[in-house]
Formats: sequence, structure tokens, C-alpha cells
Amino acid sequence: MHGFANPARFLRIARWLMPLCMVLGLVVAALALGWGVFFAPAERLQGETVRIVYLHVPSAWLGMAGWMGIAAASFTELVWRHPLAAIAARACAVPGTVFTAVCLLTGSLWGRPAWGTWWVWDGRLTSMLVLLFLYFGWMALSQASESADGSENRAPAIFGLVGAVNVPIIHYSVIWWNSQHQAPSITMGKSAMSGDFLVPLLAAMLGFTLIFVGCVLARMRAILANQQAEARLRRKAFSEVEF
Amino acid sequence: MASSIKAPIKAKHQRLVLLVVALVVLIGAALLAAWALRNQASYFYVPSDIVAKPPEPDRAVRLGGMVEQGSLKTAADGVTVNFVVQDGKARVPVTFKGIVPSLFVEGSGVVAEGRLAANGTFVADNLLAKHDENYVPREMQDMTKDQAKQVVAETQ
Repeated sequence: MHGFANPARFLRIARWLMPLCMVLGLVVAALALGWGVFFAPAERLQGETVRIVYLHVPSAWLGMAGWMGIAAASFTELVWRHPLAAIAARACAVPGTVFTAVCLLTGSLWGRPAWGTWWVWDGRLTSMLVLLFLYFGWMALSQASESADGSENRAPAIFGLVGAVNVPIIHYSVIWWNSQHQAPSITMGKSAMSGDFLVPLLAAMLGFTLIFVGCVLARMRAILANQQAEARLRRKAFSEVEF
Repeated sequence: MASSIKAPIKAKHQRLVLLVVALVVLIGAALLAAWALRNQASYFYVPSDIVAKPPEPDRAVRLGGMVEQGSLKTAADGVTVNFVVQDGKARVPVTFKGIVPSLFVEGSGVVAEGRLAANGTFVADNLLAKHDENYVPREMQDMTKDQAKQVVAETQ
């Protein structure tokens, strides 16, 4: 793992991996959405409104996966002080926030025709909203914590790990507590969802996941480039003082 | 002098152990909190809760369960519906006046917001449909399981 400690090596890989993920992800996601919207069947009870599932479920998965990414990077940062860990955590935050927001918005739009309400304060919806606020708080904290001794990544890393407790709560909220939201359709090796819906849904999840990875790699490259530029400016300022 | 011969624990191993212990404690605390919240965090009562421990007459509560097959009746005024919500153990009759959500059908899930009247009927002010985790294409809804399997086998 420490082979990637050298940012130059990471950048060499990210340079081709990032566009590959992006292009592949956009193609797969577009095909899956087209399939879901135009070719997949309508649902027995919900009719055409079921088609929003192809956007809602991938967003929910990536909203949660984004925070698991922050948590994994935070763990690496705290234990091994890996130089890329804090950068990876920061890179996960924005795409994770966007997908969480998309999940809440599409869920609300879906709730109106399916349940008869835009919003209810049940366990699943509330814990997902908490996740969005955790993202906001995490981004604010990682922007605000700066110090000279290199410990600026510690507070966001601890926040990232503590906040990860919310992810299993989101998942199990519909199992532990009675809720308006239904229980998961796809569980380990089993699906209560007919294959006509399941296959395009899995394809959409794969496509959006690739886009997510592409976004994270792009953000990591941008943050590294920013740090290099700042270091160069600092060196320049120092040398001017000395001469 | 044995302790001085032993290699000192590496700082990163110490951090690893500390962090794993902290995480175990954190997850334990979260599980305890979730367990303690199991009643408060539930969005509705199921019929057996209502029957076992009826809420006070004027307290607003939510009742959730399945609409019993064959129980849905529309009253003479055309806007009042009466039906029975059951969870397999208990049944609660519900009355509601208004427009029902489109997913509200017999045998499907429902969440009713309202009050329990003195005669044991639940008077709902608002109905929310609940859909279950099953997603079935429209074409297959009227078929039996065997017929649907046959169609799937034919198309593959």
C-alpha cells in the first residue's frame, strides 16, 4: 500500500484511470438509464413511477459509500499517516454529498405518487438527512482545521470515523424499526425485485459507481496539484527573502 | 531486564490497537442507543401493539399494517372508506374520509394517521400507502406463480 505513498506514482496511475472510469461510467450509466426509462416494464402497483428507482438507488448507495470512503481513508490517516489518505477523504466528500442530495430529492419526488407524501420523519428518511448534514459538517471542519504541525487532518479523520456509525443505522433503520420506507429489496444473494428491474438497476449502480470513482480521482489530482502549486509559491517566497 | 530487551511497540501498532478499541466501543454505544430507541424510533404501531396497549382516546398515533383482503368498503357517501388493518396477529377496523393514495389497495401496506375512537375503530385523518420490497412487472401481475415462471422460461 505504501507503494502509493509517493504521490508521483499515484498521479501516473490516476492520469489514465480517471478518464477511463469517467468515460466507461458515463456510457454504462447512460445505457442503464435509457434501458430503465424506455425498455424496462412498468411496475404492477406503481406503474411508470418505478423508473425513478434507477437514479434513486444508485444515489443512495453512493451517498453511503462516499462516507465509508471517508471513514476508510480516515482510519488509514490515523493509523498509518498515509500521505494520500487525507486527500482521498477530502475527495470523497463532494461527490458523496451530491449523491446523498440526489437520493433525498428523487426519494421525495417518488414518495409523492407512491406513498402520498413528499416527506415523512421515519427512521430511513431521517437518518439519510442526517448523513447529508454530516457531509456538510465534515466539509466545514476539514476546511477550517489548519495548523502548522501537520495535525490538521486529525480532527476531520476522527469525525469521519465517528460519523460512519450512521451508515449501518441508515441500512438497518427499515429492519429495526417500523418505517414508511420498505425493507431492502436486494439482500445477500436474494432479490425481491423481478429481474426486469434488477438487471438495469445493477447496471446503473455500476455506471454511477464508476463515475463516482472518476470524480474522486479527479478531485485527488486537483488537490495534489493545488498543494504542489502552494509549495512552489512558498519556496519561491523563501528564496526571495534569502537573496 | 526482560522489558528493556523486548522491542518497543511500534507507534503505528499502538495507534491501530487504540483506534480498534475506540471503534468497538463506538459501535457498541450505537447499537445500545438503537436498541433503546426501538420503540421511539418506530414510525407507527402495528395492530397487535394497538390491541395490546390501546393509546389514550385523543392521542394522535399512526397505525401501520396490511389492508385485509375483502375488507375494503366504500360508504354510501362515496368518500368514506372502511377497511381492516391487520398484521397477522390482530385486526383493527379503520375509517377514513377523503381521497386515498393510488397505491392503496387490499392486501397492500398502509400507514394511517389518526386516533383510536372509544368503540375501537381507528379514525384516520390521513392515509399513506406503503409499498413492499417486491417489484413485479405489470404483465405478470395476473398470472399465477407457475404461469409467470413459464413465461420467464419461454422468453429466456
